[in-house]
Amino acid sequence: MELKRVVVTGLGALTPIGNTLEEYWNALLEGKSGAAPIQQFDASKFKTQFACEIKDFKVNDHIDRKEARKLDQFSQYAMVSATEAMADSKLMESEPNTDRIGVIWGSGIGGLKTFQDEHENFLKGDGTPKFNPFFIPKMIADIAAGHISIKYGLRGPNYVTVSACASSTNAIIDAFNLIRLGKADAIVTGGSEAAVNIMGVGGFNGLRALSMRNDSPETASRPFDKDRDGFVLGEGAGALILEDYDHAVKRGAKIYAEVAGGGMSSDAYHITAPHPEGIGARNVMIEALKDAELAPETVDYINVHGTSTPLGDIAEPKAIKQVFGEHSYNLNISSTKSMTGHLLGAAGAIEAIACIMAIKHDIVPPTINHFTDDPEIDNKMNFTFNKAEKRTVDVALSNTFGFGGHNTSAIFKKLK
Amino acid sequence: MSDIKSRVVSIIIDKLGVEEAEVTTEASFTNDLGADSLDTVELIMEFEKEFNIAIPDDQAENIQTVGQAVSYIEENAK
Repeated sequence: MELKRVVVTGLGALTPIGNTLEEYWNALLEGKSGAAPIQQFDASKFKTQFACEIKDFKVNDHIDRKEARKLDQFSQYAMVSATEAMADSKLMESEPNTDRIGVIWGSGIGGLKTFQDEHENFLKGDGTPKFNPFFIPKMIADIAAGHISIKYGLRGPNYVTVSACASSTNAIIDAFNLIRLGKADAIVTGGSEAAVNIMGVGGFNGLRALSMRNDSPETASRPFDKDRDGFVLGEGAGALILEDYDHAVKRGAKIYAEVAGGGMSSDAYHITAPHPEGIGARNVMIEALKDAELAPETVDYINVHGTSTPLGDIAEPKAIKQVFGEHSYNLNISSTKSMTGHLLGAAGAIEAIACIMAIKHDIVPPTINHFTDDPEIDNKMNFTFNKAEKRTVDVALSNTFGFGGHNTSAIFKKLK
Repeated sequence: MSDIKSRVVSIIIDKLGVEEAEVTTEASFTNDLGADSLDTVELIMEFEKEFNIAIPDDQAENIQTVGQAVSYIEENAK
C-alpha cells in the first residue's frame, strides 16, 4: 500500500504571547515573554505566583454566551484556535466530503477548572449531590474534539490523545498516520490546555516542578541556563489542519509545509523524571527520522522540549548529541517555552506551529533568558540564545515529552 | 409579573441565552426556547436552588413550559 503525502494547510494559535497565529509568530521572533503575575485567581499563598496566561481574551467575542457557558476553558481555547485554522485553510469553502474529515485533538488534563468548581460547590452544600448536568461533558478531555466536529459537521475519526505534555504531538502524529493510510482526507489537530487555576498551580507546585522566581516572572523560564529552577505554567491552544497532499492540491490550498514523520517512545524509567541519559528522547528522535526517511544531517532546527527544569534540560541535549553526532553543532536548537511557558498538552501543537513557521520564513525563534552557561550542558551546541536567527530551514523537528515517560517527535519539511 | 415569575424568567434568560420577549407563559423549553435535555435538567436545578425546593424527577418531567414551572413553584415554594 502506497502511503499518501500529508501537508499542513491551516494554522491557528491562542497563546500567552499572542492571540492569533500572526501575533504568536511575531512575538516568537521578538523574543517576548508571556509570564506575569497570575490574574485568574488569588495566588498570594502559592509558592509560584506567576504564569503565562492568555491576555486580553474575551470568550464572548468568539463564542456565543450560551455555548461558552457549556465549555471549560480548555474547550473554549480549542474552539478559538481550531476556528482560526479552519478559516486559514479555506477547507470548508471547497465543500469537502465531511465524512472524511476528522478531529484528533490533544489535552493533558481536560477541564480541571470545571472539576475544581463543581467539587467546591459540593463541599459548600450539606452533602446532597447537586452536580450540574454539564459537569461531566465539560470536564472530560475528549470533549474538545467533539465540539470542533459539531461546529463543522466533521464525521471522520474523532478523539483526543492524553499523554501529558506530549499529548498534542501524539494527536498530530495520529492525524498524520490516518491521512497517509487513506483513512481521512483532512484532520483538524492540535491541542489545548487551561490549568492556570488553584488545582493546576497548586498541584505542580506540590511536585516541585514550577519555577518560583516570583520577583522576576519574565525571566523565570530560562531553559539551559545554569540558574533555571523549574517550568513556567502556560495555557492556550494551537490548531493545525493536516491534509492529504493530493486533496490539498486539487482544491488549490495554500500549503505551509509537509509532515515528514513522527516517532513515539517511552522512557520506562520514572513517573516524572526523565531518564538521565535521555534514552527515550534519543530513541524517539531516531524513530522519527527513520519514519521520515531523513538522515540526521538534513535537520536544520530542533524545537526542543526544554522546559527549564534542572534534569530535563541536561538529558535532552545529551540525547541530541547521541542522535546527531557532529551535526549537533551545526543545527539550531531553541526552546520557545522560554517565551510561551509550558502549555502542557498544548505544547506540542504550538511548537509544531513554530517549526512550520520557521520552515516557511527561514528564521529560527530564540531561546530567551540566557544569562549563565551551565557547565553540565555542551554549550558548543547552538541554542539560539536570546535572538532569532536567520537560516535556511528545510527540515524541523519538534520534541515533546510527558510525565509518565511518554516521548514524541514530529518532523516537518519544506514542500518540494 | 409576579415575583416568582420574574425570577423564573430571569433564570431562563440567563441559562438559555434567549430574549425576554420569547419567554411567554406558553413557551416550551425544548420546542420554543432551544433547550436540549441537559439544559432542561439544569433549569430545574436552578429553580430548586433559587426557590429552595426539591423537585422530584417524576414531577420535573411534567415541567416543560414556563407556565408549568411558575405554577409548580407557586404551589410548592415555602
